[in-house]
Amino acid sequence: MKLQSAGESAIIAYLSETSSPEVSAQVQALGKALRPEMGTTLIDLTPSYASLLISFDPLQTDHFQVGELTRACFADLDAQTLSSGRLIEIPVFYHPDAGEDLLDLGQAKGLAWEKIVAIHSEQEYRVYAIGFAPGFAYLGDVDERIAAPRRKTPRQRVPRGAVAIADRQTAVYPAESPGGWNLIGRSPLKMFDPGAPEPMPVVVGDRVRFRPMKREDFLNAGGTLR
Amino acid sequence: MSLLVKQPGLLSLLHDRGRFGQAKLGLTAGGPADPLAANLANRLLANDANATLLEVSFGGLLLLAQQDAQIAITGAKLPITIDGQAKDQWRVLTLRRGETLELGFSELGCRSYLAVRGGFSVKPTFGSTSTVVREGIGGLNGGKLGAGDVLDFPKLEPVDFCWLPPQQRPTYHKQAILRVVLGYQVDDFSSLDQQRFFSSEYQVSDRCDRMGYRLDGPPIPCSRTGMLSEGITLGAIQVPADGQPIVLLHDRQTIGGYPKLGAVLSIDCSSLAQLRPGNSVHFLAVTPEDAHNAVNLAHVFERSRRIEAVPR
Repeated sequence: MKLQSAGESAIIAYLSETSSPEVSAQVQALGKALRPEMGTTLIDLTPSYASLLISFDPLQTDHFQVGELTRACFADLDAQTLSSGRLIEIPVFYHPDAGEDLLDLGQAKGLAWEKIVAIHSEQEYRVYAIGFAPGFAYLGDVDERIAAPRRKTPRQRVPRGAVAIADRQTAVYPAESPGGWNLIGRSPLKMFDPGAPEPMPVVVGDRVRFRPMKREDFLNAGGTLR
Repeated sequence: MSLLVKQPGLLSLLHDRGRFGQAKLGLTAGGPADPLAANLANRLLANDANATLLEVSFGGLLLLAQQDAQIAITGAKLPITIDGQAKDQWRVLTLRRGETLELGFSELGCRSYLAVRGGFSVKPTFGSTSTVVREGIGGLNGGKLGAGDVLDFPKLEPVDFCWLPPQQRPTYHKQAILRVVLGYQVDDFSSLDQQRFFSSEYQVSDRCDRMGYRLDGPPIPCSRTGMLSEGITLGAIQVPADGQPIVLLHDRQTIGGYPKLGAVLSIDCSSLAQLRPGNSVHFLAVTPEDAHNAVNLAHVFERSRRIEAVPR
């Protein structure tokens, strides 16, 4: 682990140069261990792929103390903290009608679109980070066979629930927004519901599996295609 | 008890101190871009430090009082009238039922704060009333103030007529010196480029808002290509491929994948957020220890600003 200053009242802990489910679990575990130790000196924790940003109250503590505490918590992390996270299923209607880039992606990859769906839905993903927009969860790692760079020109409007791929990441758009990811399907699941007691179905560190659903089930679950 | 928005101005937003502890959901902190000025508005009215007030960017606000209210306006200098009568900033004002309050356009600085006795009554979302337009969260409906909006406030005992004496008031300028704690990917910037960064003047570009201020000046390229997205702190200096730095402010994204060379002190972010396109800044590197002392001293200094009874 490497600690680096991130401004007057923040330090960032880098746990690795690269992302992996193990590193992600360590980031989670470090945050969990720090929270009670820091108490009211903690302003916020921002976990990401391989780092944890620790924002503290400069009127109560300083870089040195927070650094020492972080080191101590890190040293205490043991194998049992490499917990696997919850497994969350996200239903998806995969079809060229629901994923505008599915056919183009198939062509680029030399695969039938049904094969892309099979590859996307047969593995488990890890929630590496949440950001960009409220409830936008970055999931990885997408199989190399269906990984594709962002579109050269982003779309002005990507619908809520769109399931998409960018490089080796995949995500479900929590709200309608502009976006450059490759769209392969749509989920009726709300990824961000500000009014709900649990506003997001996933947290960083969870595991996710996409379950293909039929068109009528998608529509019955409140999904829309336009 | 309420004020009716007749004309919302260019960008008027309801804010408390901000939304903290929600970065895990991707929610940014928000909060006033100049918390120092915002605090003083609440202090003048003996409000809670977290009371909801209005941040008025660039001015142009017209409100009609539907009941009597006590208000205070701080921050960027702008003309104020109540039913056409000129009024002052930095003091408690009485707005009578049926009177119209007008905030003209800002003359120096660009963010003014209007607080009402007791604070505006807004239902918090994720623990805060702060409006973040990009997220559609906070305020009355997740957006900026609109004509016809009604701003409710509680009925409380009035406070004495206080002011912040002129010599105690913050001042606003067309340039700022921004102290920087180096960090993040600073080692991926050459020492020559770092020297260039800290010895050059940068101009505020017209791409500046509550999310971040993009600056024009000598580019400082970063040798790093590709990095994992990571948490972004207030004041982080992000450098995209074109080498033009962006200082990220209260409405920044919570995580991002551009290299950063450090972060501007929070107290200096307040000065930056008051600048407009064409204004200039210099950066000054300080150690984390000096930054820590500066922030603590600033806090003591803020508490030493004395609100006094208006002399007769």
